[in-house]
Amino acid sequence: MDTENSTALQLKKKVKPRKRIINFFLSLYDINKFIIRFFKEAFVPPFEFKEIVRQCYEVGVRSFTLISLTGFIVGLIFTKQSRPSLGQFGATSWLPSLVSIAIMRALAPLVTALIAAGKVGSSIGAELGSMRVTEQIDAMEVSGTKPFKFLVCTRVLATTLTIPILATYTALIAILGGYVNVATNEGTSYSTYMQQVFDPLTFVDFTASLIKSIVFGFTIGIVGCYQGYNSTKGTEGVGKAANGAVVTAMFLIFIEEIVIVQISSWFR
Amino acid sequence: MHKAKAPIDYNNAVITIKGLQKSFEENEVLRGIDLELYQGENLVVLGRSGTGKSVLIKVISGLLKADNGQIKVLGQDINAITDKQLQELRIRIGFSFQNSALYDSMTVRKNLEFPLVRNRRNLTQKEVDKAVETVLEAVGLSKTINQMPSELSGGQRKRIGIARTLILNPEIMLYDEPTAGLDPITCIEINELINEVQERYHTSSIIITHDLTCAKQTGDRIAMLLDGQFQRQGSFEEVFDTKDERVKPFFDYNFIQ
Repeated sequence: MDTENSTALQLKKKVKPRKRIINFFLSLYDINKFIIRFFKEAFVPPFEFKEIVRQCYEVGVRSFTLISLTGFIVGLIFTKQSRPSLGQFGATSWLPSLVSIAIMRALAPLVTALIAAGKVGSSIGAELGSMRVTEQIDAMEVSGTKPFKFLVCTRVLATTLTIPILATYTALIAILGGYVNVATNEGTSYSTYMQQVFDPLTFVDFTASLIKSIVFGFTIGIVGCYQGYNSTKGTEGVGKAANGAVVTAMFLIFIEEIVIVQISSWFR
Repeated sequence: MHKAKAPIDYNNAVITIKGLQKSFEENEVLRGIDLELYQGENLVVLGRSGTGKSVLIKVISGLLKADNGQIKVLGQDINAITDKQLQELRIRIGFSFQNSALYDSMTVRKNLEFPLVRNRRNLTQKEVDKAVETVLEAVGLSKTINQMPSELSGGQRKRIGIARTLILNPEIMLYDEPTAGLDPITCIEINELINEVQERYHTSSIIITHDLTCAKQTGDRIAMLLDGQFQRQGSFEEVFDTKDERVKPFFDYNFIQ
């Protein structure tokens, strides 16, 4: 009996990973199809301008408070934690430059994207998931309208447009957080601080940061929509869609961060 | 028993289905369905839960793809048309969902406007408002125009769901369990509404239900779905005048008005 069980288990073990791999590639294919469908439908009239604006507002408002708070704290803490290291070399005057480069190149887009993935991505996944399981998406389809265009294209465009704006805002707030720390400890004036902040920044820094935010925004939107739009199995599916939207988006954001940092470093 | 006031045109089938088969993995749900729905007819599809009644109308509306068989709706083969043609065909078909499927984030007005403004883009706001008022009046819920779906009762949601389909003046109505989860009085009101819709909008309808009161009140013809096939078809009395052990209990356990 034991032998039988262990054989069965071994068989299961053999089948399961294979099935998982197949499922993984099938879902990659599905996501690919979903992205292609987005590009096919998003830029073809009629456009849902009102809904895009409404979604942009939703994305912005949903994350605004949290991003303001987090951005300020990141700037403040980063400056505080960097001081001792620079102090060892008597280079505390370089703090504003260090803060601005770190924030502009990495922290602002990344922090904004991670917060938005949690707040906005989960909300998109849950909203579309619940619309799917309560047949609201089917209702749109059978009434001759295009639910993909109305629900998916608008949300993906909204996150793609809004996340760069939020990331820029986060950068400014974080720099302000850094100023509070620098002004308190070194007594640096606001104008001197700002000059030191912007001096080391180059065109590549701004462009890379902007491109990164656009890519992150697109990822958050498309992953949230994909998870929600294809959710199944009732309320359980809604939870899974919300969770999947956050986890997958965060994972992809880190991968994209590595790739974009590598590419942008070739231009420096 | 209700009979449709507008005469049924038995020479004009608006839906023709031949040999429809549909499976979900290894579960064979529909095993060769043959069906004709005639112009002006109310056809009730009866059957136990899980027998594939809803699957049937989802295949007719193109929400699900059939594995085999031919489905002609208003002269067009559902399996052979393009996405654009399907979208245009769907405007001529009204689908009332079991749970109403109202858009939670929109008011009743926006729910009703949604399909209209996207399918008739040349309409002025005044014409849209007029159309919304007309269908709300038709379902007797003019006062709910600015309410959210969450503020409506189950019966009201069903009515608004029907109104949303009527706004496009459909030729065919598909009702998925229109009386499910409602109290007996509201059920009768919904049944009457189905008949009123048929008379006022001259639609042909398929009504999916397991409620015999609904079947008796609304159906010109009843089709009993058993084991993935239509086993019995005819008037209400004809369908239940049988000793078939699969059909009799259905009748015995139901409360008939």
